[in-house]
Amino acid sequence: MNTVDQPGGPALPSERGPSRSYATPRRTPLTWIRGGGLSAFLFLLPLLFVFGAFSWFPIVRTAIMSLQHTNFVQAPTWVGFQNFRAVWHDPLFPVAVRNTAYFALLALVFGYPIPLIAAVLMSEVRKRRGLYSMVAYLPVVIPPVVAVLLWKTFYDASATGVFNTALGWVGLGPYPWLQSQQWAMPSLVLESTWANAGATMIIYLAALTSVNPELYEAASVDGAQLLRKVWHITLPQIRGVLLVTLILQIIGTAQVFLEPYLFTSGGPANATLTVMLLIYNYAFGNSLGGDYGKATALSLMLAGSLAVFSLVYLRATRSWSTR
Amino acid sequence: MKSTRVAMIVAVGVLLAIGASTAAGSTRSGKKVTISVASLIPGSTQAAIKQFNAQVKEFEKRYPTIQVKPVEYQWTGPSFAAKLAARTLPTVFEVPFTDARTLGDRGQLANLTPYFKKLPYHNKYNNAVIAEGTDAKGQVVALPKGAYAQALHYNRALFKQAGLNPNKPPTTWAQIRTDARIISQKTGKPGYVEMAKDDNTAGWILTTLVYSLGGRMETGTGTHAKATLNNTYTIHALNMLKAMRWTDNSMGSNFDYGWSDINQAFAAGKVGMYISGSDVYTNLVQAYNVNPSTYGVTTIPLANNKKVGVLGGGTLAAVRPDAKKAQLAAAVKWLDFFYEQPLVSKKQAIRNAKTLVANKQPVGVPALPIFNRTQYNLANLWIKPYINVPVGQMKPFLNGIFKQKLIPEPEASTQSVYHALDAVVEAVLTNKNTDVVQMLKQANAEAQAAIRQGA
Repeated sequence: MNTVDQPGGPALPSERGPSRSYATPRRTPLTWIRGGGLSAFLFLLPLLFVFGAFSWFPIVRTAIMSLQHTNFVQAPTWVGFQNFRAVWHDPLFPVAVRNTAYFALLALVFGYPIPLIAAVLMSEVRKRRGLYSMVAYLPVVIPPVVAVLLWKTFYDASATGVFNTALGWVGLGPYPWLQSQQWAMPSLVLESTWANAGATMIIYLAALTSVNPELYEAASVDGAQLLRKVWHITLPQIRGVLLVTLILQIIGTAQVFLEPYLFTSGGPANATLTVMLLIYNYAFGNSLGGDYGKATALSLMLAGSLAVFSLVYLRATRSWSTR
Repeated sequence: MKSTRVAMIVAVGVLLAIGASTAAGSTRSGKKVTISVASLIPGSTQAAIKQFNAQVKEFEKRYPTIQVKPVEYQWTGPSFAAKLAARTLPTVFEVPFTDARTLGDRGQLANLTPYFKKLPYHNKYNNAVIAEGTDAKGQVVALPKGAYAQALHYNRALFKQAGLNPNKPPTTWAQIRTDARIISQKTGKPGYVEMAKDDNTAGWILTTLVYSLGGRMETGTGTHAKATLNNTYTIHALNMLKAMRWTDNSMGSNFDYGWSDINQAFAAGKVGMYISGSDVYTNLVQAYNVNPSTYGVTTIPLANNKKVGVLGGGTLAAVRPDAKKAQLAAAVKWLDFFYEQPLVSKKQAIRNAKTLVANKQPVGVPALPIFNRTQYNLANLWIKPYINVPVGQMKPFLNGIFKQKLIPEPEASTQSVYHALDAVVEAVLTNKNTDVVQMLKQANAEAQAAIRQGA
């Protein structure tokens, strides 16, 4: 028995006499084309192609390769989850995870507040704000490889190195910087913070302009100083932006590659070996052709972990960011 | 009569067909074949580039149907692996002795056997050297470019400045340690420096040290080889480095030198002594304009036991496996012209030496024979009038090297073995409290796993 046949059941659209005149006309391919559907599709095609070829295809290929053993010359063989197991049991895997977490932690502790403090201070400046913004943003414009080479000379471990000479003036050092297992990672974080702080600071500066100035005026009337204004007005007002930059920073630092690769190649003694560098080493560390299966397996493990983390983070902070 | 006419028609037809095919053949052979070839390392001087281009010009003049495209090339483990995977290597490229056989077994190098057998000098090769370029099926997959023995290079100016006699370089490891300490104290420059980068070079140099003391990094061959990284000689070598670094403080403050970096530092007068291949002088001139008067080279000191020897290796030139037949033939002609002829043909040896001298490039850099000893001596005799390297300063090496036993690099998973050792060397040089034994145990396990996988 059909429910619509039941007495007292909801009226079918066909039974609603007057509403018929408002019914959507039947869509045919011709009406779709006349309505601009074809041109929209044509405009969409290049984007679909680019996304498909350069974003989705590599992801699918990565997933397939993680289950294979291949050297790009001989035919690949299916090995199931063997690559994942091999990565899991690699003694360098926990080292790389630990180092990546350490880098992320240092970057969070030192690198995260610096752009915020700089932005707040800069927003207080009344004169030549553009000049200060430019100076702060300048490191972002310098090509990363050039910046690393520059900093490598700064980090020269001899007493005549740039940093060691400067610190020597106040009776400090010389420090081994990149030549020490203890100092290497903080050295990378220092350069990374210098290189990236400008971009985040610009975002904060933009966010700060959206804060209603009347709030600060009211706080001033109540006798609040700068720190109290920042704590009670600025931070709550831009918390949405703060949460987004925080997760972007965590994702970014979890994928750190450039600094350890160019500064130390993961050394000394694997002290700066990060997950991304381990992926690179799996793929290209051996001149006889890399273990691309292991490299892609670890890539998927990293991507999966970050996806789960992002999901949990967004769920956990949803109420706070929209309150 | 009829049969004669038929015979004539057939004969004319055959002649026409032969003529047509000959014409077609000449058209085909007249078509230009382009090959790309490994040229110089990035950053080479203009004079070196000019000299290389002069050789390309001469080759193209000799073979008008072949066009040669030089491509800057420097073999490093990671860049080679990436280019190999991406298939972006030049048609002719170079690989170290350690890699050619495995690459050949995997079908990643072209089979040169038919061409090799046609080379008039193919039976003059040093058998041990040509074996490095022969795969498991007996196919020749690469031809030798050059062979080297590890040597101790030293800065004569720093020796003098430290009050040491540059004509009497150290002959024992104890002397190296003492001289390094004196150079460091008297000149402020590191007395002895090692490649200690995480790019397999640290492991390469440590293996050299261990060979000189009598140890080996593995026994057996192939995937059944046994890693022996944690032998007593390696522990002794690492403890010696530890003492030089932390007790004597004679190794300076930079411990991330790779092959190019250390050459650059040496050419800049920042290094007292270091170990590298005997043929490194070419790079010191081509890339870093080393002052010849400061250069000195001697043999690696060997300990006093029967197993000691000097690590030897070399470079081979190979061809991409996907090269078309015409490209392969052209590539072999280039291999013959560029790499082999200067060693087997008097005319070509002299012409090559003249071009090098005209472009202020080194002639007479110490190298080991890739052909038999007679041919080696003959080739050296041909170029004698053109030798422009400071031979007198190379005498300690030249006089001693043929008395030393040459030991090839570890055969199984060479680069992985070196890579496992990299971290140990780095640890010793950057952490005073490194537990050498424990680290070597871990490195040995890593190397053994790589050997088992054939990685």
